[in-house]
Amino acid sequence: MSESSSDLDQFRSELRGWLEANCPEEMRQPVKSEDDIYWGGRNATFASDAQKAWFEACVAKGYTVPDWPKDYGGAGLSPAQHKIFKQEMARIKARAPLQSFGIWMLGPALLHFGTEEQKVHYLNQIARGEIRWCQGYSEPGSGSDLVSLQTFGEDKGDHWIVNGQKIWTSYADKCDWIFCLVRTDKEDKYRGISFLLFDMETPGVSTKPIKLISGNSPFCETFFDNVVVPKDQIVGELNRGWDVAKYLLGHEREMISGGGLGDGAPSLGARMTKVIGTDDAGNLDDPMLRAQLAQFDVDALAFKAMAEKFVDEMKARKGHPAKPNMMKYAGTELNKQRHELVMAAGGSDALEWESETSGHGAKPRTWLRTKANSIEGGTSEVMLNVISKRILDLPGA
Amino acid sequence: MPMYLNEDQAMLQDSAREFIATEAPVSHMRALRDEKCKDGFRHALWKQFAEMGFTGILIPEEDDGLGLGHVEAGIVLEEIGRNLTPSPFLTTSVAGVSALNAGGKALREKYFPGILSGDTVLGIAIEERAKHRPDQIAMAAERSGNGFKLNGKKSFVIHGASADALIVAARTSGSAGDSEGLTLFMVDKDAAGLSAEAARLVDSSMAAAVTFDNVEVDADAVIGEVDQGQDVLDALLHASRAGSAAELVGVGSGAMDMTVDYLKQRKQFGKLIGEFQALQHRASHLYSEMEIARAAVMKAQQLLDQGNEGADVMVSVAKAKAGRTTGLAVREGVQMHGGIGMTDEYDIGFYMKRDRALNEFMGDANYHANRVAQMHGY
Repeated sequence: MSESSSDLDQFRSELRGWLEANCPEEMRQPVKSEDDIYWGGRNATFASDAQKAWFEACVAKGYTVPDWPKDYGGAGLSPAQHKIFKQEMARIKARAPLQSFGIWMLGPALLHFGTEEQKVHYLNQIARGEIRWCQGYSEPGSGSDLVSLQTFGEDKGDHWIVNGQKIWTSYADKCDWIFCLVRTDKEDKYRGISFLLFDMETPGVSTKPIKLISGNSPFCETFFDNVVVPKDQIVGELNRGWDVAKYLLGHEREMISGGGLGDGAPSLGARMTKVIGTDDAGNLDDPMLRAQLAQFDVDALAFKAMAEKFVDEMKARKGHPAKPNMMKYAGTELNKQRHELVMAAGGSDALEWESETSGHGAKPRTWLRTKANSIEGGTSEVMLNVISKRILDLPGA
Repeated sequence: MPMYLNEDQAMLQDSAREFIATEAPVSHMRALRDEKCKDGFRHALWKQFAEMGFTGILIPEEDDGLGLGHVEAGIVLEEIGRNLTPSPFLTTSVAGVSALNAGGKALREKYFPGILSGDTVLGIAIEERAKHRPDQIAMAAERSGNGFKLNGKKSFVIHGASADALIVAARTSGSAGDSEGLTLFMVDKDAAGLSAEAARLVDSSMAAAVTFDNVEVDADAVIGEVDQGQDVLDALLHASRAGSAAELVGVGSGAMDMTVDYLKQRKQFGKLIGEFQALQHRASHLYSEMEIARAAVMKAQQLLDQGNEGADVMVSVAKAKAGRTTGLAVREGVQMHGGIGMTDEYDIGFYMKRDRALNEFMGDANYHANRVAQMHGY
């Protein structure tokens, strides 16, 4: 089923025509605030007519999940077509029509572990943005050490009764359904965990937002009090939820590790020159900061080469299976450093948190947000533990 | 071009790895040092390099070489680095050949057969200061009769006293800082007025300070065009920077492997020291940095082989990243070995010495980070 280059050229030219006709000008501008992002879900409202039109046009073509099969709501694009799709979207700076943990995290796990009924049912809903999903992994006292989780699902024949508490549940207060790790066997520490899906409107589910140092509340505490979960809402095998969770975490880590590259700008130093200015010799007008930015740009360009190598090796199945942990560690540490430098370059202008005339404190809020990069999805220390054990084979690690 | 070795390159890596680890492991370098070998490398080994085909990797097929690229040269250099193998490969087969490839046919015909057979060693006479400043070359080459008369001094010429010929960068016009007016010459070691004073460096390699006292060369000695030597110099610099970055990655990997092995053997406080999380995390961080440095080097080599204009910045990224990362690898290596790491008997200290010299060769990490900033306009 090889595609000739003329087929791909034709696909590109048709796609260009379609984008020209369907992507409104407003959807080609950078996102200004949280409100500009469409997450879908039962209670979602569109911020503008343009956002609605763009979303609906994409759903109709399967372009919210272009590489998924058509039966599951996608467009069934081949890898070569998908690459062209991403290039053409980037070329016109089109916004993603839908942001979704369902697309990034649950979808790939369902494609791999779900039954045919689950795929048809849930993947189509995800593709159409009907259900907004959250992830129930972490618990108080059980962050990166997921094996110690306590939330328990008691077997009642045709259903489970779930009791316990989750924490750091992203947008739990705005979400419709949760994919959740629940202990279903108290004897088997590693295996006795199952991967359950359930409706957040089920009686006994409640949420409470956590206010963060960035001033935002993207995370919640989530409580389960005798929640009834039907048996057909398990993904994968009973007591083997760990396999599903690890598969999904691999996707999450790959996604987070991309952060070190920022918004694709080639050089942070060059961008900061516009903020700081240059001296008579044309050098950035702060020699110590210039040196730090130069070191950062070396690191960022080297990491970009690594990211390319990582993807090429994964495709060719040549990479070490624990490589995503290394990428997550290096990428998130780099991204934190990037925003330290952005703050240092911005000086007092970068401190503004709230004002009537200008922005909404995007710089300091982003800076503070990046501090979570090396915590969420497994801390840097946990990544280093995994490298020690699985790659370097150090004793007792 | 995917960012991993293809089948042919993987085969080259296998044969280079086995050959160099067998014929020239660290004990080979130690023996040369202990006998105070005046050349700092073994000519017999250079002949073996030729028999393996390594010396002609960058020589075009039409000149009877293998016609391969910087990725392949880097494969050999990484193994040289891993084993701390003293060899004129980097200066002769990488820097020298790249300069000659940018020059004329007559010089290639004169020098390539000797390089291919392992009889010829080239020295690179660029530096005039303690720090790498190729844009500040000031040495004078005055027109004289049919040729030129060279006067001045060059430093840090690796194998300079035992090289059969030197590649010399000098000014035929203009002054330090100008991009025009540079000319590169091939100067035979027997030229009247040329004297080389060799010194053994911290890593046991031999480098010479070379004095030119009215050294006469004829017009045929010019590589490329008179006054237009910048292109030839750039080809030489790119090749030797990417090459030394690849060798640095080998040095860093060798030091890291030794250290990780040691963490699995050495007991303290009743435990293998590799069980201590403080050391595990430092080792894992180092592993991560080494992988990124290797990727940066491969990207630079691929861009050079493609003739891509992005090669210049990526070569500096590679040298800067490899320099800093290998520096970390050797410092962690000596520290984690503890007292034994300070002994001459144990090899880890040799890695620290080699890193220091290679970092300085063709620009250190600061020099190249500064270049990256300049190329991005800040």
